[in-house]
Amino acid sequence: MSASVLYDAPGPKTRARSRLISYISFTVIVGAFVWLIVALALPRTTVNGVVLTGVFSPERWEFALDVQFWRRLLIDGLLMGTLRVAALAAVLAVLIGVAFSFGRTARSVVIRVPVAIILELFRGMPVLLMMLFILLVMRTNGYWAAVWALAVYNGAIIGEALRSGIAALPRGQREAGLSLGLTPFKTRMLIEFPQAFRQMLPIIVAQLVVLLKDTSLAYIVAYPEILRISQQLRDFYGSTTVSFSLFTIVLVIYLAVNLALSAFARWLARRPASASSISQADAHAIDLVATGADVVTDEDKNPFGDGRR
Amino acid sequence: MQVIIDNWPALMRAFGVTLQLLGMGALGSIVLGNLVALLRISPVASLRWIATLYTEIVRNTPLTLVFFFFAIVLPTLQIRFDYLLGAGIALSIYTSPFIAEALRSGINGVPIGQAEAARSLGLSFGQTVTSIVFPQAIRMVVAPLINVIIALTKNTSVAAGFYVVELVAESKVLANAHGDQVINILVAVACLYLVITIPLGQLAGVVERKVAVIR
Repeated sequence: MSASVLYDAPGPKTRARSRLISYISFTVIVGAFVWLIVALALPRTTVNGVVLTGVFSPERWEFALDVQFWRRLLIDGLLMGTLRVAALAAVLAVLIGVAFSFGRTARSVVIRVPVAIILELFRGMPVLLMMLFILLVMRTNGYWAAVWALAVYNGAIIGEALRSGIAALPRGQREAGLSLGLTPFKTRMLIEFPQAFRQMLPIIVAQLVVLLKDTSLAYIVAYPEILRISQQLRDFYGSTTVSFSLFTIVLVIYLAVNLALSAFARWLARRPASASSISQADAHAIDLVATGADVVTDEDKNPFGDGRR
Repeated sequence: MQVIIDNWPALMRAFGVTLQLLGMGALGSIVLGNLVALLRISPVASLRWIATLYTEIVRNTPLTLVFFFFAIVLPTLQIRFDYLLGAGIALSIYTSPFIAEALRSGINGVPIGQAEAARSLGLSFGQTVTSIVFPQAIRMVVAPLINVIIALTKNTSVAAGFYVVELVAESKVLANAHGDQVINILVAVACLYLVITIPLGQLAGVVERKVAVIR
């Protein structure tokens, strides 16, 4: 349903009114921004009587001219910190997800039930707690704690997505495989699984965006990812002067990387080749997963509610 | 096991803080999320753009960064919050676009005919939304909404990194004090999270089966 069904095509009176609302909201928002910028730009006196310069004064930003700064933030922080964790965790998460989806749909109850319980446990626990567990119990460093916690948590969610993908396939696919004399295992590997994977690919990519965002949790277990590096840089350049500037720079970098990945997930979902298999309802589900909410619930064999039972 | 019995009051206090964070986050994000969802379907184009921009920016910002802003950046600008309140606000802001998106996908899921029928009866935009479309949308998205709240429950743990003594922070303290019983402590804390998340998950299933509109 497009939103426009909810109201009439605007007439002259409505257009005038909506223009007025636009002007007012524009003025309010621009006003708020101007106020914020002016407030930030003004010098401030601390409780100790020290006068601090406004956040846009040159000495708060001149560190950005330093090549060493960008090398440290982008190479050490983003590439070798955040993206290195995210890349390995993503590969492991997909592999773990595949394994989970196999275990979860196994014919034998002895495999299926324990895997289901383990999956529920992994999905119901904070990633941070898992990181702590790995860090303290396995006695590893922050890198492996972050990688494994992210891999296991997101693997569990990807596993559920794959399982619901298999469950949503038309039953004839499996019957056809079996009737050709393929073993149940081969049917799954050669017929069901490739289709489910293809259909769930946008959801998996969207979940990988979540994984990338969650790498910032490694900040808390003291792994030097981009946020932690930015804090070290902040201490290096003087913590009171540069902290706002640094925060702004890190925020922009995160937004750029994440928006690019989200756009990729959406493009994948809208690609003509997959348009036939991905319905409109799936696209909503992808949107939801991209928001970090796992739409795939245990009770719901087909989470998209589009009637393919 | 002894360490958990000995420190049970401290654990319960931390559990209380987690519940407090969950309450603040849920309340704040539902209020904000509803507002954003309404803006996104409003007839005024500029309001839709504002809501879209807000959703895209907040959704792509890591929660850690939102917390970082409230706990570390704002104090350097002489703006100070109580850490617990700051954490509650951070969680509300971070969760609100997810609530809004869930609601919007529900609104999109209501068949066109419903709105057309309402409109043909002469209902205005406000009446169509509040009495025809929104009630149906809510019923369709109960389960996704509860899933967002479950995600929020897990996200409260991030406050541990920003001076709020909730479950994960408490488990860190206990683990440092009792190095030989780390596994017990962490498993106990994990169970306390599951005490919240598993019933919520069950509730999502039950509510969905009860109220979902089958189409």
